[in-house]
Amino acid sequence: MLKITDLKARVAGKDILKGVNLEVRAGEVHAVMGPNGSGKSTLAQVLAGREDYEVTGGSVTFEGLDLLSLPAEERARAGLFLGFQYPVEIPGVNNVYLLKAALNAKRKAAGEPEVDAYEFLTLIRHKMKFMQMSESFLTRGVNEGFSGGEKKRNEVLQMLVLEPKLAILDETDSGLDIDALKVVSAGVNTLRDAKRAIVLVTHYQRLLDYIVPDQVHVLSGGLIMKSGDSSLAHELERRGYDWVLESQVA
Amino acid sequence: MSSKPQDVEALLAQKYRHGFVTDIESDSLPPGLDEDVVAAISKKKHEPQFLLDWRLKAFRHWLTMQEPTWAHVHYKPIDYQDISYYSAPRAPANAPKSLDEVDPKLLATYAKLGIPLHERARLAGVAVDAVFDSVSVATTFKEKLGKAGVIFCSFSDAVRDHPGLIERYLGSVVPPGDNFFAALNSAVFSDGSFVYVPPGVRCPMELSTYFRINAAKTGQFERTLIIAAEAASVSYLEGCTAPMRDENQLHAAVVELVALDNAQIKYSTVQNWYPGDENGLGGIYNFVTKRGECRGHNSKISWTQVETGSAITWKYPSCILKGDNSIGEFYSVAVANNYQQADTGTKMVHIGRNTKSTIVSKGISAGHAENTYRGLVKILPSAAGARNFTQCDSLLMGPKCAAHTFPYMEVKNPTATVEHEASTSKIGEDQLFYCLQRGISAEDAVNMIVSGFCKVVFKELPMEFAVEAQNLLSVSLEGAVG
Repeated sequence: MLKITDLKARVAGKDILKGVNLEVRAGEVHAVMGPNGSGKSTLAQVLAGREDYEVTGGSVTFEGLDLLSLPAEERARAGLFLGFQYPVEIPGVNNVYLLKAALNAKRKAAGEPEVDAYEFLTLIRHKMKFMQMSESFLTRGVNEGFSGGEKKRNEVLQMLVLEPKLAILDETDSGLDIDALKVVSAGVNTLRDAKRAIVLVTHYQRLLDYIVPDQVHVLSGGLIMKSGDSSLAHELERRGYDWVLESQVA
Repeated sequence: MSSKPQDVEALLAQKYRHGFVTDIESDSLPPGLDEDVVAAISKKKHEPQFLLDWRLKAFRHWLTMQEPTWAHVHYKPIDYQDISYYSAPRAPANAPKSLDEVDPKLLATYAKLGIPLHERARLAGVAVDAVFDSVSVATTFKEKLGKAGVIFCSFSDAVRDHPGLIERYLGSVVPPGDNFFAALNSAVFSDGSFVYVPPGVRCPMELSTYFRINAAKTGQFERTLIIAAEAASVSYLEGCTAPMRDENQLHAAVVELVALDNAQIKYSTVQNWYPGDENGLGGIYNFVTKRGECRGHNSKISWTQVETGSAITWKYPSCILKGDNSIGEFYSVAVANNYQQADTGTKMVHIGRNTKSTIVSKGISAGHAENTYRGLVKILPSAAGARNFTQCDSLLMGPKCAAHTFPYMEVKNPTATVEHEASTSKIGEDQLFYCLQRGISAEDAVNMIVSGFCKVVFKELPMEFAVEAQNLLSVSLEGAVG
């Protein structure tokens, strides 16, 4: 589904990604871990098509498409979803309005008719109940005055409504208490099926107790230094990142 | 972002949709201004002596005045001798008595602008007075309003039919010598709208005036006077467009509102004068004086404006809160794109006890535009318990535009409460990217973000105008972020 080959990127003149290789197949969940400043968020932003990030080499294919040649909105319509680490506030724009516009943009791109208002409301109410969100979130401004945890729930809510093929979740677990973490994880797990894939970008093994990944990668200094199964995450939790980097040097 | 430069250019090129010229014979005075011109205008309109005297007094005063320079706008000096002060569509010797007699070309112009005087206006239930260049062309719904006792007619008709009201109220809020442009207007105003709502009457429909500058090298100097008598209420809408021309055209209007005891006036403007092209050539100079006086107790005047047009906007719709417990409101969205300059805001003068004012100003700048909020809250010693709340927000789109805020406050009563909030934000790259990542196009995303920013002001507009304002805003800002 997603194949990243020798991807290099820079931000503000600084090289961050220095040749990332990663393949994610349908049905898989991958976790990308690593210390602060290793390039995890940069990888997520580059895949989503943020313009401030300059791709200086390599290629990415997504469902057979040359991902890097597409503008951000077309990547989204093709089924790539980014759960933001810091979801932005958009004052005065109803949460439900943004979601409906997003869903309709996706449906339009797929040649489907716009969603019926009643049908949409039924759908979103159902999903909000699942995410344990109050209905007042429908009419509030996008992320306006939301707590950190509410913003993350809102990201997962959007994901559940848009049903992407590939979800990249950038530190969706940060700032969540244990109950919220369970709700968010349950939300992510409902999306897990043979046709979809999920990439979790995270600092902590904690999330991976609830969403068990097929593969774990350590990103450091702009390169994938080590890959393994879910046991690697436990080892990282126990031993930290330094041994991975040292074993590479040795 | 996704929009390629050529898309943006194409979008900008199609921007101004009201830029056509109507080929119609007009009866104009040659350019130039002196006492003879003032007298000629008065004579053409068969005005009573008191009005001619009033005009001449204003003109003589104007001659002693200097054009103001304090506004944050820049333009080449205006040659006041190079402007024609009167232009009227040439009509048969007898002026049209009903809509059927109005030149069909004129009616077609208004239809093109989306204000058909006939059917659609009737359906919408909006009474329209249309001012074309200098004269009022038609006033719809005169009869229905007449039954309710509401007078809604052109200023000229009011001078003829209700000279007592004119003599009593004209210049009572904006005196002829108030400022340079108001003095000029007082000397040469050619037409405009007049509304009188008698005591206890709630005006049964929205009243509306549509202004259109057509002739080249013409200035438009209209005068609007609205009086709501005791316990009366009225909602009035004003819209404006002009053809695209390379030279600048001057629009110096005066609007006066008078609210007596327990009366309410709501005045809404959607201003879309031609703003000039993308290089700053041409466009309307909109130098307007608008002021309302809450003369009576418990009266209320509310200004709502959406300003998207004009090369230069210089206007400060204000409220004089004289009556005890009176309320003044100002809700504004001012958009400046390309090389437009806007210096706009309000004045709230608190005189009566427990008077209350609210100011909400939303400025949006794009391209090379300069957008200034200038406001004065003045609380006089007599205004015990006065309250003001001011909120000014600026939104910047792109790196070359600018926003300025000049809030002035003079508080001379210790029991008064004055609150001020201000913010400046860039249209977030973050907000835009967030929307794009959800599959929403750049244009839709900008519209969404801007509408969200302006929401509190749009809520104040009458329904049908809110939709128009929203559309206008998206047209004005098309391609501004790309």
